[in-house]
Amino acid sequence: MNIILKIIRYQIHDISRSKWLVFYTLFFFLITYGLTSFSNDQSKVILSLLNVSLIIIPLVSIIFGTVYLYNNKDFIVLILSQPIKRSVLYLGLYLGLVIPLSFSFVIGTLVPLIILGNKIPVQFTLLIFLFAAGLSQTIIFVSISFLIATWNENRILGLGLSIFTWLVFSVLYDGLLLLIINVFQSYPLEKALIGFSIFNPVDLARIIVILKLDVAALMGYTGAVFQKFFNTNLGIIISIMCLIGWTVVPLIIGKRKFSKKDF
Amino acid sequence: MSNRNGIKYYLKWLFCFLSTGLIKNSASLFLIIGFLLPGRVNFSKSLLVGSNQYFKTIKSALSAANNGDTILVYTGVYNEHSLLVNKAVKIIGIERPILTGENKYEIMKIKSNNVLVRGFLFKDTGLNFIYDNAAIKLDSVKYCTIEENKFTNNFFGIYLSRSSNCVVINNELEAFHTKETYSGNGIHLWQCREMIIKNNKIKGHRDGIYFEFVKKSEIESNISYSNLRYGLHFMFSDSCRYFHNYFTKNGAGVAVMFTKNVDMSNNIFEYNWGGAAYGLLLKDISDSKIVRNQFIKNTCAIYFEGCNRVTTLENNFLENGSAIRLMANSMDNLFTRNNFIGNSFDVNTNSTRSYNTFESNYWSEYKGYDLNKDGIGDIPFRPVKLFSFIIEQNRPALILMRSLFVDILNVAENIFPSLTPKTLIDSKPKMTKYL
Amino acid sequence: MITIDNLNKWFGAFEVLKGISAEIQKGSITYLVGPNASGKTTLIKSILGLVKPTRGTIILDGEKLNGNFSYRKKIGYMPQTASFPENLTVEEIINMIKDFRETSTTYDEELIDKFSLHKEFKKRLKNLSGGTRQKVNACIAFLFNPEIMILDEPTAGLDPVSSSILKDKILSEHKNGKTIIFTSHFLSELEELAEQVIFLLEGQIRFNGTKDKLINSTDKHNLERAIASIMIEG
Repeated sequence: MNIILKIIRYQIHDISRSKWLVFYTLFFFLITYGLTSFSNDQSKVILSLLNVSLIIIPLVSIIFGTVYLYNNKDFIVLILSQPIKRSVLYLGLYLGLVIPLSFSFVIGTLVPLIILGNKIPVQFTLLIFLFAAGLSQTIIFVSISFLIATWNENRILGLGLSIFTWLVFSVLYDGLLLLIINVFQSYPLEKALIGFSIFNPVDLARIIVILKLDVAALMGYTGAVFQKFFNTNLGIIISIMCLIGWTVVPLIIGKRKFSKKDF
Repeated sequence: MSNRNGIKYYLKWLFCFLSTGLIKNSASLFLIIGFLLPGRVNFSKSLLVGSNQYFKTIKSALSAANNGDTILVYTGVYNEHSLLVNKAVKIIGIERPILTGENKYEIMKIKSNNVLVRGFLFKDTGLNFIYDNAAIKLDSVKYCTIEENKFTNNFFGIYLSRSSNCVVINNELEAFHTKETYSGNGIHLWQCREMIIKNNKIKGHRDGIYFEFVKKSEIESNISYSNLRYGLHFMFSDSCRYFHNYFTKNGAGVAVMFTKNVDMSNNIFEYNWGGAAYGLLLKDISDSKIVRNQFIKNTCAIYFEGCNRVTTLENNFLENGSAIRLMANSMDNLFTRNNFIGNSFDVNTNSTRSYNTFESNYWSEYKGYDLNKDGIGDIPFRPVKLFSFIIEQNRPALILMRSLFVDILNVAENIFPSLTPKTLIDSKPKMTKYL
Repeated sequence: MITIDNLNKWFGAFEVLKGISAEIQKGSITYLVGPNASGKTTLIKSILGLVKPTRGTIILDGEKLNGNFSYRKKIGYMPQTASFPENLTVEEIINMIKDFRETSTTYDEELIDKFSLHKEFKKRLKNLSGGTRQKVNACIAFLFNPEIMILDEPTAGLDPVSSSILKDKILSEHKNGKTIIFTSHFLSELEELAEQVIFLLEGQIRFNGTKDKLINSTDKHNLERAIASIMIEG
């Protein structure tokens, strides 16, 4: 356990000086600053931020994670030649990347909101939703990226797979959903749709937030069914379990692969 | 405007007093002088009602009164129900006496012209589905005034039928029902003409204000909120106006149906939010005007079904779910000089063709440019997104809202329009919002 | 003592090690030699546990290697190419490895002094030349006084002065009783250090014995020619 903390510490030292992380923080800072100064309605700002976050965070997390493992392969070899357990190193690397990425997102978003805070009233529940959504995406997509990079030695293949995975979760999955909704128009689809949307972490975060904000009433019956589901304890527990599953399952498979891998 | 109304109002009264007075009174000369100096000279007698007064009950005062008399009712609780007013009297409460229906009965029924009721608290009519219990019911009368009364916990509040030229003004109505089927309307008009409903506050009824077969009437400066169904329910009521009203948090917003020549202006429709709520639901409306209203945070600001030649001018649509839902059977409607700001969907339609005109509106979604600096965007704006078109056909698709996939679809459709109506464009989108 | 028994490794359809058996005595200095892709690095990595053998065993001081990791505290490893997290400074890297090792022994910082690495301590790794990185790499390998040193092409990329500093260090550690395994390409000045030679060719051991024995057996007067003659014999 001690070793994990040390790995995390040194990795945070390393990554926090990376110019990419600075860009990433700056990106959220500018977006938030821009949106906040143009709008008087914080729920709109947060909704726009959420929109951006649900596209950018999975993309950056999955690419950054994959590239990070590839670029540091020699260093990983050096560490593995020390008396350190492989699974410990894997978890250390994972957390050492998730923590600075999350931090960067939170700081980048929070600082402009604080600077401009007296301009518009802060809506804490919405803010918590935004951070929960952003952080869960970071945790999940770094986990998936590590699995991809560990599985594939070929960098180009790995990177391609990462971008494709992002594309599936962010775009193709929803395309498929739309197709299903249209084909089975005459059937009661609500429960199936809940099932489908839970299975995609991006959709899950998106739907939970839009239900809080603008869509529920527009959707009529479907909205009511969704709202009912996500307001029950069971619904919340299932959603959280799914998010945890999307983090833990790739992490465990990746860790197992990492432990058996030849360097 | 109000000045002219005031004169009209005065003339109506004068006419009514002259016509009844001349026939029934021999001292016509005095009467005429009296009416020329209203309020200063009173020829009719006053009957006082109260625990310490000559009349202990309103009923006894009513039976003793003649046309033109005034019944002054002192404060107290009067358990008198089913009061029949069949004489032209003024019934005026002093320090708001309470009339109760004891949760069973109708309280007052007016069957005479020229009745005035002022200053009472009407409460507890109780439910009765056969007689439609109302606190005050006016049937087949003219020139009556109901003013400055309070109504609480009644089935129907003020119920007018087959009447004309009456005024309902400065009343407050409140009911506490939770189910639509167990509650009546606040101010209910059926088959009436030339009525004025003004400055009333209605809350918690089924429909705040209900108009059916009403002609040439005005609904002005009322606040109708938190009613179970509609803030205003308006049917078969041609040539009416409603303006400066505030409708908010009603179960289903405001519905205007099967009507011609209705003028809706300067109203505020706000927070009508729910699965079946509309800021303003229009069904089979023609030749009407919607001018300078505010539509704020409604599920759907205006829903058009079977509407023709309706002009929507200079309204603000702020942060609604859908600003405008335009069904295929609506034609020749004009939308111009409106502000569309921060709506989830600006225009939804279920048709690939549109015979309506959108022109010179301000759209916060518009991302075009204005090179010649004339304040008008150089490229047209297409307010119907592909996604808004899709959800009109298929509501559950709304769960895809704000997905990147949907954004991509919208962009693609914007570049190569194929499904959304090609004619539904604003060719002169304004660059800055109208003040 | 390291005992390698019938070690076999496949990378996909490619057999890299074809049944390697060898013993490396405690306190010996072994020169692992062979052309590119002969399996040198794979063999070294197998000892380090970086590569998992398909078949066969490695026993290190009586402990069979099986995914365990604590035995590596006895080993100092200098990989062929040195790569470090780019944004850390030299000092941080050295402290980091010290942290990971958790050894209470005193550190051997002789090389740091001789390479004058102290003046580079505050620089970030990405700003260092390849040679300086290699120095850092060497310092780390020697830092913990390990019983076994595994050096993969240790002098590659070093200037002649640094190279001779490193050679002296290797020799002095050998005299201190360390077990040393190093690899190198053929024309290496390092061959003079060798006592034992293991010659690998296409995943098999073609010669295993002392340097003198190798030279004598082939009638050649230096190691390079001796090895070349083995290759020609096929």
